[in-house]
Amino acid sequence: MTDTTAKIQIDGVHKFFGELHVLKGVDLHVEQGEVAVLLGPSGSGKSTLLRCVNGLEEFNAGRIRVDGELVGLREVTRRDGSVELHRRTDADIARQRSRIGMVFQRFNLFPHQTALGNVMEAPRKVHRLSRGEAERRARELLERVGLADRAHHYPAQLSGGQQQRVAIARALAMEPELMLFDEPTSALDPELVGEVLSVMKDLAASGMTMVVVTHEVGFAREVADQVVFMDDGLVVEAGAPDQVIGDPRNPRTREFFAKVL
Amino acid sequence: MADAPELIRARPVPRPTLWVWAAVVLVLAAMLVNSLLTNPNYRWDVVGQYLFDPRVVAGVGWTLLLTLGAMVIGIVLAVASAVMRMGTNPVLRAVSTVYIWFFRGTPVYTQLVFWGLLSVLYPRLSLGIPFGPEFFVFTTADVVNATVAALLGLGLNEGAYLSEIVRSGLNAVDDGQWEAASALGMRRSTTLWRIIVPQAMRVIVPPTGNETISMLKTTSLVLAVPFTLELTFVTNAIGNQNFLPIPLLIVAAIYYLVITSVLMVGQHYLEAYYGRGFDGNDSATASTRGMSRKQQAILAARTTHADPYLDVTP
Repeated sequence: MTDTTAKIQIDGVHKFFGELHVLKGVDLHVEQGEVAVLLGPSGSGKSTLLRCVNGLEEFNAGRIRVDGELVGLREVTRRDGSVELHRRTDADIARQRSRIGMVFQRFNLFPHQTALGNVMEAPRKVHRLSRGEAERRARELLERVGLADRAHHYPAQLSGGQQQRVAIARALAMEPELMLFDEPTSALDPELVGEVLSVMKDLAASGMTMVVVTHEVGFAREVADQVVFMDDGLVVEAGAPDQVIGDPRNPRTREFFAKVL
Repeated sequence: MADAPELIRARPVPRPTLWVWAAVVLVLAAMLVNSLLTNPNYRWDVVGQYLFDPRVVAGVGWTLLLTLGAMVIGIVLAVASAVMRMGTNPVLRAVSTVYIWFFRGTPVYTQLVFWGLLSVLYPRLSLGIPFGPEFFVFTTADVVNATVAALLGLGLNEGAYLSEIVRSGLNAVDDGQWEAASALGMRRSTTLWRIIVPQAMRVIVPPTGNETISMLKTTSLVLAVPFTLELTFVTNAIGNQNFLPIPLLIVAAIYYLVITSVLMVGQHYLEAYYGRGFDGNDSATASTRGMSRKQQAILAARTTHADPYLDVTP
């Protein structure tokens, strides 16, 4: 392990979907407490990279470490000293995922459970919390995302912005050390984007390590510690938001932001 | 305040064919009723005489028992084989596939005859170590009597059909639900029972109700075992004894119709509860009357997509 201080350490990750080469050797480090925003055109591999970090996608080459621990894989030292890679068991992958919160573009709330039920589900079934304890913490989290009065509403009775805030509360209920956001505002009406971004800003201010795939350049400029511009399966440019967005060095980055801004 | 608008009171388009058809149907219906009442061969007196005959009533009881028992066995097998088929274990997947292939690929009648002949094929059954010592030995004919053979035959066959219904229900739930649950660190089995199954129920339950109605009538085939106590066999036997098969067929038909009607009322409420039309289609415009708040929420979330081409019933 080269750099054990990084929260997420992605080294030379490749991903194929059949013939399609989606990630072509991605390197990326995210430090503890850092907010990294991935920007780039559709199909550049941002979401795929994010999904590789919590094992929703298996990648074909390279390594991803979270807190120094390999994602989805395990190094086994054999008697002759050589190191062999093993796939992790389902239970082990579930354990790794339980420490990583994920927020989806389409919210993916459980429609048969109320907002409160959605937030309580995983702490009860994975961490085996008692109903009372899970409910107390779920109510705290709904309060935190401004939805205390919607606890007993089903997802279908909530607006898109409210649903996404419940989804954030649901992910936070597992007390993750790291939060991944996969285009959290892309499925929302424009007028509802603000309330979700504001919850994410609060979360960033509280010191949460976050990786955000988004098209909201304003959010990246305001909140990101690191902006990562991806194109065609590669990280083209990464650095401080002022530099990458304001004064890009790479012509491809410059071209993208000239069109977007 | 604006003036109230003048409401449209237009005459409907005349539909003369309605009256033509009404007349045709009325005449045919009158002919049928007339023949039912005047044709002495119907022997309504015999129908009345045997309608509440103890043998017939017991036959109804056995028919209901076979229906219920076979459906219970079928549902257990269906859930088990559907979960096996969707699971990650290739051995169990193959077992489930072969089970469905075999039991859907042969007629129920053949299967029932087979279960009846099991004691000829294997005169004794034993519990013990495979290829090793035996601890308990049974005579097959004692264990697999006609009732057990009938239940096994109907239940195993039904399980194979229901399995496809269960599987299509589980597959109807959006992949995003699996992803969200696994991203939260939930195990496959927890996700299945807590997240997927509750949403799949609205796809699975209504066709299962239809299968129950169909099973009621399929029980008449257990004479192949031979099982001789259920409604069709009993009424046939009586009809053959007194050379009056027609009134006894009517007796049996009356009971089947009454039970099916009761089941269809139940089916109607089930479908209303799960928000499904009688044609099995999802419809956003369907009335939500009778649906629970939870089922309305699942329907509105559109995370389950029913397969309207699902094939059911042998």
